Amino acid sequence: MLILECPYCGVKAEETELTPGYEAHLKRFGPGATPEEFEAYMFARKNPKGVHFERWRHAYGCGKWFLAARCTATLEVFGTYPAQSSEPPADLQAKIKAKRPNWEGYK
Amino acid sequence: MKRYSVFAIAKQAMNYHLGWEKAWASPAPKKEYDVIIVGAGGHGLATAYYLGKNHGIKNVAIIEKGWLGGGNTGRNTTIIRSNYLQDPSAAIYDKALQLYEGLSQDLNYNVMFSPRGLLMLAQTHHEVRGYLRTVHANMLQGVTTEYISPAKVKELVPIINIDGPRYPVLGALYQPRGGTGRHDAVAWGYARACSAMGMDIIQQTEVTAVRQEGGVVKGVETTKGFIGCKKLGVVVAGHSGQLAEMAGFRLPIEAVALQALVSEPIKPCMDVVVMANTVHGYMSQSDKGEMVIGGGTDGFNNFTQRGSFHHVEETLRALIETFPMISRLKMLRQWGGIVDMTGDRSPIISKTPLGNCFFNCGWGTGGFKAIPGSGWAMAELMAKGEPGALAEEFSMWRFKEGKFIDESVAAGVAH
Repeated sequence: MLILECPYCGVKAEETELTPGYEAHLKRFGPGATPEEFEAYMFARKNPKGVHFERWRHAYGCGKWFLAARCTATLEVFGTYPAQSSEPPADLQAKIKAKRPNWEGYK
Repeated sequence: MKRYSVFAIAKQAMNYHLGWEKAWASPAPKKEYDVIIVGAGGHGLATAYYLGKNHGIKNVAIIEKGWLGGGNTGRNTTIIRSNYLQDPSAAIYDKALQLYEGLSQDLNYNVMFSPRGLLMLAQTHHEVRGYLRTVHANMLQGVTTEYISPAKVKELVPIINIDGPRYPVLGALYQPRGGTGRHDAVAWGYARACSAMGMDIIQQTEVTAVRQEGGVVKGVETTKGFIGCKKLGVVVAGHSGQLAEMAGFRLPIEAVALQALVSEPIKPCMDVVVMANTVHGYMSQSDKGEMVIGGGTDGFNNFTQRGSFHHVEETLRALIETFPMISRLKMLRQWGGIVDMTGDRSPIISKTPLGNCFFNCGWGTGGFKAIPGSGWAMAELMAKGEPGALAEEFSMWRFKEGKFIDESVAAGVAH
């Protein structure tokens, strides 16, 4: 069972309390973008087998969106952080690197 | 290959059944092949089979990291149907259904195709309108389906509760030609036929890299060393994204877990397949008597072949309301498979940015029913280098062009 701690209200929320939002930190493209850029933004997800940064919403709790780092190969949760982050916090990245030495880092 | 027949059984019976040969060989890989198929599941084996049968390409290796048919081919709920809304989907799924109808004879292997009929329940007025539209589309596509009344549903499925209260059965989309097959037998039958044509099925061998020169594929690095090829076909479902990364591009695919479960075996009580898409559960009864049940996917990326427990609960909660008699059944086994979901929930059978490298993936939650048609279309693509009529709409570039095959909207769920 997937349990994520909401970084806003501090509740350790179980999966049924949350709504998944898939990949985090997407770079958005709009009018004026090339078809390739728009396709990549809309559809070409990283889909890694390993460390994944993703969006979740504490839907049946405080209602806020937040971000989580999770391993898709083991379902291990590394940590959660506020949605107002343009990239994963340095301490979280260091923690993941310590647990997954072969991880190529956030990019 | 010795043919299976009633005479072969009689002959072996005289001989204590000691004379049966192995269904397929397990050779060591050669240095090079004309074609390498990565993934010995249903779709990969079917691709190899039709490459040999339809196009005369028999110097083929099928490389599998686990065991034959051990991925989603062995993990699905074996439903076969072709009642799709969009023309490209109806064409390829109905091609598959037509091939399933003659597959046991074609392969000389009993795939236990059972055209027992398939119902998709309409449980909201929105769904009634949607299925009426599908029936009309199917008429134009030459796919025989009909819209039936609740009374007819009750006649076909006596154990169903059509009165609701929350989701009464208002009608159903009925495809009499739909049904189920024996999933393992489909993989085994294709494997036996491929092996008989001289193709090499190489199990327990994982592809670790794709070797390319000047934008053209040259072969694959595997755990058993380098194997060269002129053409590469990648048919690996859940791990398509990882193989695409090795080949140097990204696919519009995300991997999620889909679960299924079976009950303890009970006496025959339902001789059709019933799908309830609004409440999202589907059920059929296997020949052993187990109720085979499937539901929805998890909403997060996952490669672990196990899904979230609450999905099992949601599926069963929905099905118990529709089939009250199953409420006291014990569930025997539950399992998960990793499905490759594309943006429009339709598959990809396509050339790729890498020359002579072809991908067949993105079948998501509904690949089993498509196996023969998918193999047929992929073999045509690989043999000719250009897609035929069945595959041309399923290009990986449709996401850039905005030319979606939007079955996810048509079905209201992944399909």
